[in-house]
Amino acid sequence: MAREFLVATYSDANSLMSTVEALRAENLKIHDVYAPYPIHGLDRAMRLGRTRLPWVTLLAGLCGCGVALAFQFYAAVFDWGMNVGGKPDNSTLAFLPIAFELTVLAGGLATVAALLLRARLYPGKRECLIVEGVTDNRFALAIPKSDSDGTARARQILELSRPDKLEEKAAEL
Amino acid sequence: MMSPIIQTAADEGTPGGLAQILPAPRWVDGHPTLHQITDDVVRAMEARPGKGWWICFAISLAALGNLGVMVAYLFAKGIGIWGLNSSVGWAFDITNFVFWVGIGHAGTLISAILLLFRQQWRNSINRSAEAMTIFAVMCAGLFPLLHMGRPWDAFFIFPYPNQRGPLWVNFRSPLVWDVVAISTYLTISLVFWYLGMIPDLATLRDRAACGIKKVVFRVLSLGWNGSHRTWSRYETVSIILAGLATPLVVSVHTIVSMDFATSLVPGWHATIFPPYFVAGAIYSGFGMVMTLLILTRQTMHLERYITMRHLDAMARVLLLTGSIVSYAYATEFFSAWFGGNLYERYHFINRATGPYAWGFYIMVLCNAITPQVFWFRKARANVAALFVASVAVNIGMWFERFIIIVVSLHRGFLPSSWAMFYPTVFDVGILVGAFGLFFTCFLLFIRVLPMVAIWEVKGTVGHGAHRMALSDDEAAPEVAHG
Repeated sequence: MAREFLVATYSDANSLMSTVEALRAENLKIHDVYAPYPIHGLDRAMRLGRTRLPWVTLLAGLCGCGVALAFQFYAAVFDWGMNVGGKPDNSTLAFLPIAFELTVLAGGLATVAALLLRARLYPGKRECLIVEGVTDNRFALAIPKSDSDGTARARQILELSRPDKLEEKAAEL
Repeated sequence: MMSPIIQTAADEGTPGGLAQILPAPRWVDGHPTLHQITDDVVRAMEARPGKGWWICFAISLAALGNLGVMVAYLFAKGIGIWGLNSSVGWAFDITNFVFWVGIGHAGTLISAILLLFRQQWRNSINRSAEAMTIFAVMCAGLFPLLHMGRPWDAFFIFPYPNQRGPLWVNFRSPLVWDVVAISTYLTISLVFWYLGMIPDLATLRDRAACGIKKVVFRVLSLGWNGSHRTWSRYETVSIILAGLATPLVVSVHTIVSMDFATSLVPGWHATIFPPYFVAGAIYSGFGMVMTLLILTRQTMHLERYITMRHLDAMARVLLLTGSIVSYAYATEFFSAWFGGNLYERYHFINRATGPYAWGFYIMVLCNAITPQVFWFRKARANVAALFVASVAVNIGMWFERFIIIVVSLHRGFLPSSWAMFYPTVFDVGILVGAFGLFFTCFLLFIRVLPMVAIWEVKGTVGHGAHRMALSDDEAAPEVAHG
């Protein structure tokens, strides 16, 4: 369902950054910021928490490693032991390279899949651009609109920040 | 009291003013605006291809066609059409395999390792280097497949439940590790490359007016809308992938080197192989990246983004890795002498004075001597010299693998089984064909996808870069305050 937003557009990241800092200094809620490249320092300014995606990598990597070791052990020791050059059936050290590769494979693929799920990105999704040009040279700031005093104060701050454009918009972000 | 926003706005002025006050970004010439960066990169794709592109494409396509014909004939007749014999059972095929895998490594070095080291100069070259990795690994994968003799049974190498027991593969064999390593490497490289392209595909989608282009870019860009919350996670994931790809790339060539090092063949049985191969791989890959970038930066008019400073940095990497490789060559000879093993000693004498000595000297000339010119700034600033040296590095690195493989095999422990390897037209044809496959893919890539990472270059010249430039450059704070 579409919601109402106050949207300020800028043509440089510095104005946007200082506006975000001003808004956050007064504890005003920011829905999101839209930019053509990742603006370093904005995470802290927006007080975004650390993403939990590295945990996905760790868990998936451990699974990949465990499955690879267990499977090699099962195949080489229990299911069909083979005498290759007199080496022991359980040649654990020789099982490590494949275990390492599968750790990386599982960790990498799971992390990317988790990112796409979390950010709700999928093939063919129709993009919802807050303003035109956010993938080129525009920077936009979206504040959720409500009847509270917060919205009025946010509007004041946005007006003071001299954006290229300040508008109210309904969007499904 | 003035609000903090107004203070900042008054301090820093308009974006144009800001750009003029601050020092120019280090890795881009001039002060392009964000829109101009998009334009510059996309223009190269939107303009009709020039005559040079068509000529290169025609040659590459012809070579690719040749590959198709030769491979079809190989399938029909078997690998007896190659110059292999019972002594030299590995020759051009495995040489080409190691050569192409090595080429791929520079792409990962640039995209992953330099990302971890926060090297900004990677930003305008990482996309094409990664594409190169993928195409090179594709070419590499072709050779073990053909070498199997019965490529239609290639899936036997994967441990799938089968009706032969199930009889599993030998997990202790480096050849099996190799299959897993190369498949993982190709998959992770593809994912990393695609993930890095999503924001640029969204930029292309938003530029396309309508029609098939818009639909294709819409599907590929996954609905990307520039949200900073997504950017933040996206950057974390990029760092994680870089962190995974870095040991991966080292493992891949380590395992490739173990295909040789775990055997008892003199010339192969050496503990120096893993680091030696990894350094050699990065060396040859940088040679190829340099060749490709020198050609494309001029034909695609991207000199502003792929600057002489980039070429200079790459030349330094060539000098470093080339010197490591030269050191490894010397170490091999030293250990053969110092180890006192008769067969090892003979192998190295044969390497330098035997029937393939000419190949050994090409290798030394191209790999050990050529990069030494990069001690001189003048050589690093001369595009022609860089181009010649980069091609020489590739020739030298191909010969290095040829020498390691063929010279070690052709005179083994038993003099009665000594033999020579002479390549046939099919050996050479398939090598040429692999270059056809590689260049066809690369030429198509630079036409249909942005060969410079638009968003990363924007980051280099944007907000973050100014902050970084200020901290990097001692003169900058004065300029900024003045």
